[in-house]
Amino acid sequence: MEFVKDHDPYPDLRVNIGSLELQNPVMTASGTFGYAREFEDLVNLHRLGGIIVKGISLEPRAGNPPQRIVETPCGMLNAIGLQNVGVERFIAEKMLYLKGIGVPVIVNVLGDTVEEYRQLTQRLRGVEGIAALEVNISCPNVKKGGVAFGTVPSMAATVTEAVKKAADVPVMVKLSPNVADIVEMARAVEAGGADSISLVNTLIGMAIDLQRRRPVLANVIGGLSGPAIKPVALRMVYQAAGAVKIPVIGIGGIENTEDALEFILAGATAVQIGTANFINPRVSEEVVEGIGDYVKANQLKSIRDLIGALEV
Amino acid sequence: MSQHQEKARIIRFEQLSELNIRITLEAPLVAASAEAGQFVMMKTGNGQDPLLRRPFSLHQTSSSGQIQIYFKNVGRGTNILAHAKVGEFLDVFGPLGRGFSIADDRPACLVGGGLGIAPMLFLAKIISSLSRDHSQDLIILGGRTREDVEPLVEDFKQFGLALHCATDDGSYGIRGFVTDVLRSEKLAGNTSIYGCGPDNMLEVLHHFSTEKNLDCQVSVESVMACGMGACLGCNLESSDGSYVHVCIDGPVFNTGDLAWNS
Repeated sequence: MEFVKDHDPYPDLRVNIGSLELQNPVMTASGTFGYAREFEDLVNLHRLGGIIVKGISLEPRAGNPPQRIVETPCGMLNAIGLQNVGVERFIAEKMLYLKGIGVPVIVNVLGDTVEEYRQLTQRLRGVEGIAALEVNISCPNVKKGGVAFGTVPSMAATVTEAVKKAADVPVMVKLSPNVADIVEMARAVEAGGADSISLVNTLIGMAIDLQRRRPVLANVIGGLSGPAIKPVALRMVYQAAGAVKIPVIGIGGIENTEDALEFILAGATAVQIGTANFINPRVSEEVVEGIGDYVKANQLKSIRDLIGALEV
Repeated sequence: MSQHQEKARIIRFEQLSELNIRITLEAPLVAASAEAGQFVMMKTGNGQDPLLRRPFSLHQTSSSGQIQIYFKNVGRGTNILAHAKVGEFLDVFGPLGRGFSIADDRPACLVGGGLGIAPMLFLAKIISSLSRDHSQDLIILGGRTREDVEPLVEDFKQFGLALHCATDDGSYGIRGFVTDVLRSEKLAGNTSIYGCGPDNMLEVLHHFSTEKNLDCQVSVESVMACGMGACLGCNLESSDGSYVHVCIDGPVFNTGDLAWNS
């Protein structure tokens, strides 16, 4: 390890996800940060490492009926059902603001068929301000296709290939934790041409209303997120990072600097903060600051020195 | 409309009945920009369980920078709040959502049922401060028993508007529902109804106002994670079949804009 000079007040937090350079490794996870504008009063958006917007599909989606969310011990279940404004409105109404923020905007894309993913990616080609795509193959809340893409390695690879072929920006593939072997999935999307992998999406769970003898969520099952899933996520990031050469982005229950640093130690080049945005809208910015303090306090030359530095 | 996140000090804790509690907090930024019918998201404790903030409608705000919330100790979050102490700090985020759209020149009928009384105090203050004749304004408060209503009556009386109360068991005011009181009153033809309370009460308000051709706005409740339009967890079906979100499209809606069960 090299030492920074004492007079240098700015810790080096830059990380590279393939060809995409981030000013720091902290991004906001898809579906937890809206289209960023929702947070403008509370967060210095330009300080974030990257913003991953709510998943976009070719056509607008209304999402699931209520009840869509429920709190569980140290976590929450959601079954929003991929509600989104559709790609045309996204480009026309949301991108203008997003591209002005000055940090990489990563667009989460989703579809029911490989052809939909391809068309959507095609539509996003050349749209100014998009730094990368994140392919959502793992949302557990829609009945058609979504789960299969995320759980069958060959299908995950096929979707990855289709998006990669149509895209003019780097492609990140977001993995589901609801699989028997995360390493196999990570390798499959790497082989499919992914530039990076983000994991994990939510763990499928459910909650029951004993009084009504019904599921709490209208969708019956939903995705579990929050601190409850952090140990599982950390394990999967550790395993995936050890198995692929492309950068891995850690997601799952991160709610403070320590959590983020643990994921980086486990092999994540960057992290995404999700559910914690709901509780503390400023959390991502606070984690950027916290990581900077850690780098300084530990006299690291760069946060990059910590990536995968876990000693086992 | 700007939002603020504040560490708000508890300056008053009132146990209004066995389960009903009112907390006054110093939250000057929220207080300065809040409108009647808006809400705040509050972290009830410092830990991870409960994880999420809880939405509370603004019961009252003051020009000296205070806000009040009124709640019932019924769940894990509210149970923690029920043990909060004066001098402690709570993380408050708001004001959020769309409040009541007040028709300045029309008589107002405020209907609060149970915890739905909470936002009505703020609204009553605003209505009573309008420089117009108040002889046709009316407040109707109701609850299951005396303890849901009586402790708040003095606060409402200060505004000098006509006040009627009802309880399910007849222990305070008339025996019956707030909607029974509403039906027994002769309302001016251009009265605006403002309601908050259980869903079935709001539905009766909707049908009543439709039948009488009166404007009716209600504040609705929902589970929420973020309170600011990011999680999309608080959807409701609107009258055209699409979804609206309680946190950003509401919590106050014209009843005609929502889908009702029957």
